[in-house]
Amino acid sequence: MSEENEHGVGPHPSTTAEPLLKLRGIDKHFGAVQALYQVDLDLPAGQVTGLCGDNGAGKSVLTRCIAGVHQPDRGQIYFEGRPVHIRQARDAAALGIETVYQDLALADNLDIVQNMFLGRERTRHELLDEDSMERSAGETLAGLRVTSVRSIRQPVGSLSGGQRQSVAVAKAVMWNSKVVLLDEPTAALGVVQTRMVLDLVRRLRDHGLAVMVISHNLNDVFEVADRLAILHLGRMVAEAPAASFDRQSVVEFMTTGVSGGRPDASYTSLEQPAEAAETEA
Amino acid sequence: MTLTQGKLEPGTSGEPAPDVDLTAAAGVVEVPPEILAQSLGEYFRGWWQKLKSGDSGMLPVLVAMVIVAVVFELITPENAFLRPGNLVYIFGLSSVYMVLSMGEIVVLLLGELDLSIGAVALMGGVIAYKLVQQPSPNFPWWAAIAVSLLCCGLIGAIQGTLVARVKIPAFVVTLGGFLFFTGMIVIILGGADTSLGLDPTVPNQAVLYNLVQGNLDVVVSWVGAGVVVVVLGAMTWLGAAARRRSGLVAPPASLAAIRIGLMAAAAVAVLAICTVNRGGVFATIEGLPWVIPVVLGILGFWTVLLQRTRFGRYVYAIGGNPEAARRAGVNLAGIRTWCFVLSAATAGFAGILLGSFYYGQYSSNVGDPGQLVLYSVAAAVIGGTSLFGGRGKPIHGVLGGLLIGGIAYGVSLMNLGTLSIPLEYILPGAVLLLAVFVDVTSRRGARTGKDAARV
Amino acid sequence: MARTDSDPLTVPVAANSSSDLAEANVDLTAAAGVEEVPPELVAQSMGEYVRAYWRRVRGGDSGVLPVVVGIILVYVAFQIADSKFLGAQNVVNLLEQSSIYMLLAMAEIFALLLGEIDLSTGLVMGLAAVTLAELVQPAGAANCALCPHGLAFPWWVAIIVTLLICMGIGAIQGTLVARFRMPSFIVTLGGLLILEGVSLIVLNGNPVRLGNLQLYDIFWGHFSTLVSWILLAVLVVATGATWWFRDAGRRRRGLVAPPASFTAVKIAAVIVAGVVVVLLCNENRAHFGVIEGVPYLIPIVFAVLFAWTVLLQRTRFGRYVYAIGGNPEAARRAGVSLASVRTWCFVLAALTAGIAGILFASWQVFLTTNIIKSANSYVLLAVAAAVIGGTSLFGGRGKTIHGVLGGIVIGGIYNGLYLLGVQSEWVDVGIALVLLAAGTIDVLSRGGGRPGTT
Repeated sequence: MSEENEHGVGPHPSTTAEPLLKLRGIDKHFGAVQALYQVDLDLPAGQVTGLCGDNGAGKSVLTRCIAGVHQPDRGQIYFEGRPVHIRQARDAAALGIETVYQDLALADNLDIVQNMFLGRERTRHELLDEDSMERSAGETLAGLRVTSVRSIRQPVGSLSGGQRQSVAVAKAVMWNSKVVLLDEPTAALGVVQTRMVLDLVRRLRDHGLAVMVISHNLNDVFEVADRLAILHLGRMVAEAPAASFDRQSVVEFMTTGVSGGRPDASYTSLEQPAEAAETEA
Repeated sequence: MTLTQGKLEPGTSGEPAPDVDLTAAAGVVEVPPEILAQSLGEYFRGWWQKLKSGDSGMLPVLVAMVIVAVVFELITPENAFLRPGNLVYIFGLSSVYMVLSMGEIVVLLLGELDLSIGAVALMGGVIAYKLVQQPSPNFPWWAAIAVSLLCCGLIGAIQGTLVARVKIPAFVVTLGGFLFFTGMIVIILGGADTSLGLDPTVPNQAVLYNLVQGNLDVVVSWVGAGVVVVVLGAMTWLGAAARRRSGLVAPPASLAAIRIGLMAAAAVAVLAICTVNRGGVFATIEGLPWVIPVVLGILGFWTVLLQRTRFGRYVYAIGGNPEAARRAGVNLAGIRTWCFVLSAATAGFAGILLGSFYYGQYSSNVGDPGQLVLYSVAAAVIGGTSLFGGRGKPIHGVLGGLLIGGIAYGVSLMNLGTLSIPLEYILPGAVLLLAVFVDVTSRRGARTGKDAARV
Repeated sequence: MARTDSDPLTVPVAANSSSDLAEANVDLTAAAGVEEVPPELVAQSMGEYVRAYWRRVRGGDSGVLPVVVGIILVYVAFQIADSKFLGAQNVVNLLEQSSIYMLLAMAEIFALLLGEIDLSTGLVMGLAAVTLAELVQPAGAANCALCPHGLAFPWWVAIIVTLLICMGIGAIQGTLVARFRMPSFIVTLGGLLILEGVSLIVLNGNPVRLGNLQLYDIFWGHFSTLVSWILLAVLVVATGATWWFRDAGRRRRGLVAPPASFTAVKIAAVIVAGVVVVLLCNENRAHFGVIEGVPYLIPIVFAVLFAWTVLLQRTRFGRYVYAIGGNPEAARRAGVSLASVRTWCFVLAALTAGIAGILFASWQVFLTTNIIKSANSYVLLAVAAAVIGGTSLFGGRGKTIHGVLGGIVIGGIYNGLYLLGVQSEWVDVGIALVLLAAGTIDVLSRGGGRPGTT
């Protein structure tokens, strides 16, 4: 694991500058169950942050807190340095935070253009302005180099899994978004389609968006992430540039919350140093 | 520290943060109290919790029955509602809906809907009645019933195959069946205004006639009822005791005692009502009507089939989560088809009962196939069966059917003049809507099957 | 963006697509209902179009083909059985009767697109018919239970009031379905029964006669032959020009559009059909005297067809209807108000059924309780018509024109069987079989059931 990722570009300079999206001290419980406890997270622009954790660690809950589906019980979210309150999905969208959920939320009977504009159609004299929507959709897809689709008017139901994922991502980024959250984007995809989606993720990063990818699949994560953030049973147990981790340490963090670690790792989690000292044999 | 040393601690001191499954968190379903309760008090507390969280089971129908009985008793002319003769008549009327409803419940448990059940019932009745006609074909009554049920089963097999293997939506298939057999009945009867009749003086035909209209001898009634209560009571008691002895999950002993007590009390009440002479001055009509043991027999059959056999287990599984059932190796198409077969056969028997209720006369307008379906669905839903699959028991059909019959009869007792015909339409419609409305709002905590996933 | 070979949207990346298919770990939804790309999207010439269309039909997605084939089969069969079938007099008769089925099917489509069903449309029609008749009763008539002295509304006021009542019924049913999430099947079944009872109360046991000349003319009146031709010309020019210029414009701007020859064929088909209809209508079809010209009801049906087509295909609301039918969760996440769209669909369905009721009243003239009872059977025919026309029972797929095409089939069957003197029981049996056939075709064209079902 070298300091530079495979594109030869080092960590984005804005790591040291203010991250685009910042979470501090987020708590969330459901009844008697504490889903998130004192979670901090940085999502810098122009970087891909991989959010990892075992099942039930709280990844989805955290994503939904950012997306406005849940409200945290405690803690603060900062967007571009200002504190913000995201009370519903529309607030998140207004800020420029877009989420692509695991089930993609695409209507199979509608074509690509119709899906991309669902809920935000353009009209002229109260009638749908199909031409302008079609053009914009085409431009977005071209800009993201999504080329394997035969026609932009194809019903989404006839696309492959990777193409559907691409459409869902394109739908998310059309709207001046600054932060994109992807929940298990490669979960149901084969090798070739995974490649397609990961390329897409990189392109989003290159456009300057802050991208967060939730994934179980450590291969995909290591391929594309600039930073890793690892949750364990509702707590953020590690958050650092991807280069400071190796596979074993990530697994250890995911399953136990601690890791022998590498000597040059720098952890931003508040708990970590005390724990490491406590459990050092 | 490595993985091999020390404990796998959650991370820090303080309460552990357990895994969160969002689905479970969103709709935590209480564990049914019979599983956890060690004493009667615990049982009732648990049951009350279940009620509050939305899983009210049979309570609405029981409450409704009480309300209906009280209301109609008060408003019918001369407070005639609760007279023994009328009560028995209600049971006779309800018997058709009860049996039909039990058939419909099987299909509802799968998460489907059978619209043709009314028309199939009439088919079953017409076939049986045609077969016992003299001089030909003059089948023995048991053969007539058997052939009729077989034909209905065949109809069910065809519909079931179209639904389960060809995958046409059930309501289209059964809608087609409804139309088809409504027309078929008229064709078999030989025209729109003809009718088939039974002659009660002919012993062979008398059996069919007596299904609803005939009564057991009073002494036989009491003895028979006593035997049934004792046997069922013993089975309940010994079964529970055996489970407790071997350390399995079992309700507290006092609960079993209460159940047996309730059964005995109900039996006594029913028999008391039936033993009173309800024929008035001109005739002596007393004793348990045949229809009661017949319906209870069907109830017993279905309850055993659904609660105690593998087949029944699979039916519930398919209704709850077809994909899970499929992966567990359940033959979805086979079970589904059989459900339609058995449900149609049950409907056929209900049709035979219907003819008997109408004094052995079968004409093309003896029963409205549409109304029969609606009432049977309403009965099932009121009784506690879910429209979306996975939740329901045959007893729901019995209770719901009784309620529907009571309402229908109570309304007919009141003289409403020109409103009486329109009411025949408005009432089932309103009852159905009310039943489903209550189901949707009061049983939120118990969403099963397809209902749980609806957006 | 001009369409060139290097346009990233049109160059299929060959290596990718074949290995995509080979490696497709597609999720269940896509797998269950994989559809071929509709040929109009990628064909560059008429020949390509036909070839691609044929491939698609063989793959199972047949669109309106079954209904067109159905129309041809049914009409040819009946013409053989009775040569009067396609005579001018009978055809106009047929169109007039079919208009009811067409309208009811168009009403039903609003519910079907959502993935729901409306079983009450027949009775909404019935109630609308009797309400209309009662409202225009002259003062002094002592018929209906609710208005013992005759209300004598002007005919156009009666129409508005009737339609408003229908919309109210639709709103109630829609609210129960959309906000309380009761199954539409049950809600409209209950609604059907309640409306039947209410209709009987309105009739109060006595038949009522639609004694108003304007209302009578709605069904029985017609334009003159000259006006008929003028109307046809206007229709042809309007639709032809719209289609042509829209497609040409899209082609010019490099957007997806069918080949020019296809548009030309579509326009030609409309011209031919229109000319045939006008010719048939302009022949004298009266037994005594002269009745010539296109009946009023044909443009009425067309107006409804036009309005609903624009609503469903070209407005946001229509887009949301299709989205909810296709994936309600996706629609919800996109911010669509599911409850509001669903409720409005039931309102529009009831409104259309009300329009059908007005035509129905005008047709029957003498409304009795038996008419109310028969109104029930119309709903099955409406569903059958919509499904035969190509609308899916599962939601998300269908167009208003399907109602018209399906209505032609059902109307043809009914008319033909009547001409042949078939008993009504057998007609019931026949319609049941047709419904089953339609359902089967719907399932097969989806590749085996609703996507995602086990």
